Amino acid sequence: MTEKELPQDTSGLEVTPAPPALTGHPVEDLLRMDRIPHIWCPGCGIGIGVNALSQALKESNLNLDKVVIVSGIGCTGRVAGYVRLDSFHTTHGRAIPFATGLKLANPELTVIVFSGDGDLVAIGGNHFIHAARRNVDITVICVNNFIYGMTGGQVSPTTPVHAKSSTTPYGNFEPAFNLPHLAVSSGAIYVARWTTLHVRRLKQSFKDALAKRGFSFIEIIAPCPTTYGRRNAMGTGLDTMRYYRENSVIKHFANPEEADIGLTGKIIVGKFVDKEKPSYTDIMQYNLEVSMLADLAKTSPRIEKKEKK
Amino acid sequence: MKLWRKPLDADQIKVQKGEVHIIADRCKGCGFCVEYCPRDVLEMSEEFNKSGYHPPITKNPDACVNCGLCELLCPEFAIYSTPEEETEKGKES
Amino acid sequence: MTSSDKRDAILTGEHFWQGNIALAEGAIAAGCRFFAGYPITPASEIQERMTERLPFLGGTAIQMEDEIASMVAILGASWGGVKSMTATSGPGFSLMMENLGLGMMMECPCVLANVMRGAPSTGLPTHWGQADVMQAKWGSHGDYGVIALCPDSPQECFDLTVEAFNLSEQFRMPVLILSDAAVGHMTEKVVVPPADKIKLYPRRLTKKKPGKYLPFQPGPDLVPDMVNAGMGYRIHVTGLTHDERGYPDMSEAAQDRLVRRLVDKIRKNADKIIRVEEKNTDNADVVVVSYGISSRIIEPVIERAAQEGIKVGVLRLITIWPFAEKYVRRLSERVKGFVVVELNYGQIFYEVERCACAKAKVLLQEHMGGGIPTTEQILSKVIGAAK
Repeated sequence: MTEKELPQDTSGLEVTPAPPALTGHPVEDLLRMDRIPHIWCPGCGIGIGVNALSQALKESNLNLDKVVIVSGIGCTGRVAGYVRLDSFHTTHGRAIPFATGLKLANPELTVIVFSGDGDLVAIGGNHFIHAARRNVDITVICVNNFIYGMTGGQVSPTTPVHAKSSTTPYGNFEPAFNLPHLAVSSGAIYVARWTTLHVRRLKQSFKDALAKRGFSFIEIIAPCPTTYGRRNAMGTGLDTMRYYRENSVIKHFANPEEADIGLTGKIIVGKFVDKEKPSYTDIMQYNLEVSMLADLAKTSPRIEKKEKK
Repeated sequence: MKLWRKPLDADQIKVQKGEVHIIADRCKGCGFCVEYCPRDVLEMSEEFNKSGYHPPITKNPDACVNCGLCELLCPEFAIYSTPEEETEKGKES
Repeated sequence: MTSSDKRDAILTGEHFWQGNIALAEGAIAAGCRFFAGYPITPASEIQERMTERLPFLGGTAIQMEDEIASMVAILGASWGGVKSMTATSGPGFSLMMENLGLGMMMECPCVLANVMRGAPSTGLPTHWGQADVMQAKWGSHGDYGVIALCPDSPQECFDLTVEAFNLSEQFRMPVLILSDAAVGHMTEKVVVPPADKIKLYPRRLTKKKPGKYLPFQPGPDLVPDMVNAGMGYRIHVTGLTHDERGYPDMSEAAQDRLVRRLVDKIRKNADKIIRVEEKNTDNADVVVVSYGISSRIIEPVIERAAQEGIKVGVLRLITIWPFAEKYVRRLSERVKGFVVVELNYGQIFYEVERCACAKAKVLLQEHMGGGIPTTEQILSKVIGAAK
């Protein structure tokens, strides 16, 4: 067994293997360049999501030291490992409650959850709906490639009916989740869906969502040529992008109930909901000041307002 | 660019020129940049990069207008564009 | 003068508190300002008390949608810079296991209280048990070191919770408190010292600058220094096997280094962590080993045994994990036998047997929970052990 040599000297932060030479690419300072190239397949859409998010972060006026990214398990879950922010790669489905804890402990942080469809709405479904219900001030980005890519292509709650996957070899017969509908009905105040083709609009949606005070949800329809595309005759990543070009319809404020995605047919993209509602910390503060302190003022002689941290 | 009517100040508008930089060894040959460049600047090359993929090369470099779509669309951070004025001082790819 | 104003962090003075209330107050005294929990008998009072108190202290108490979310939320809050805690009982404890492992892997300080009840499964929700002890050690998949404290009274619920937070910061890991429904619900006098008498171990934030700090580079005590999210260090923390930078590393060498250290963190520091209460063990014929509520029923046995001419000593485990191996090994050289009294069908019994190395008899007085063994039952085991 050969010992892998790792730096014991922390003064120079040498890394092995040596990082690729930095170029002038504009988002390199937001990536952990010592881990690039990433593990995603040729034609995978996750890198586009990371690219658009990085560009959006740079163009926003956020203090990047206070931006935290939390991901779950899966191909999309690996995003946390590539972005050079405080990043947390948590357990399967649990990125959202982790993000909730982070945000409530330090409301100054901007917390982004970046994970996949299986992670967020299958095992993580319960946490998804409750965080949306509470309107916790986090931005949830879901890369929906309709499959469980990392584990080899099993069916996901968003896999369209009739699609083949490794666990639906005769075609999926389960109805698929309509994620914008789920998010809107759970209480999200900003819900948008774009494909990886609509990069500029995706970047703008990221900027809008990051500025929003409350639960924002952005679904990115992305190709997975290796496990989903291959089994469903969708060709390469490029073929899938061409499919998005032909079949996506931009319709802002469409009725989320009509945003289902089938194996063939139109994909409605755009902003579904963009409204204002007090965030969880707002209502918690209100409760403290109005209900709790008022109650205490009645029962105790000492009346003073404690500032919330 | 195809115009229905020629704008009155068409001769005064300067279309920005850009230079595209390709980091060939990062490319995984997905072809998104080639397909969606609005100015048809790129094509897939016959060469192999370090990982065995065919990176793009510029076939019409002068047509680049620094729109930045290739930069945004690349999942591998393997391509970006800069405005042409800066490129003499800019980094080599 | 006893403080009872809800807005004071430390309610110095004498109180008549239920164990669960004392546990919550101990957490608050230790600086805990984030609680995420889910209702479960017999632990709900902890959540209720934290919900009443934390908002006045600038903290947050949130009822999450399930125990899994609770465990994960406290990890997030801890990384957000706030001391955090959750409380549950057996069924919730089982749910929290995966993310307890995440907390161990991330080396994230926090406290998890399990107010044990009759088990397995839904068991006896309103009755005590002590059957989660081995689960506390081995509950999550994989090897990792564990610290678990076991209070025997509301006073200890307060004191050991402060200790638990200190240990979690010192060793940068989740620390378990194994209370039980009897101790949690009994009401006794609890003395809360003045604030300056409560010693707190501060979070070991690194002094290194960003770029020089490695989140999983251990110090000489095998524990790395920590940072909080938002301090500008741009750390990466993952549940995957990782190297000192926190980056995933799937190699055999990294796995060996990391897992060995996670276990040795406790094994090699065990002497600093282990606390027991020994009574009359010097000349004892038989030593009764017990913890928590089961240690409260030994006195009559000692008296009756003395009448039979048997000298009984008591080894009460205050820390259950790491296990007080040295104490048992030392005693096994001198005593005729051990009787392990626990409200399960033998968990610490096997640890005692292992450490006694057949030098002394080890007998078990078991009880499945929901009651206590009688003095007669324990006495007969003591007599058996003394032969």
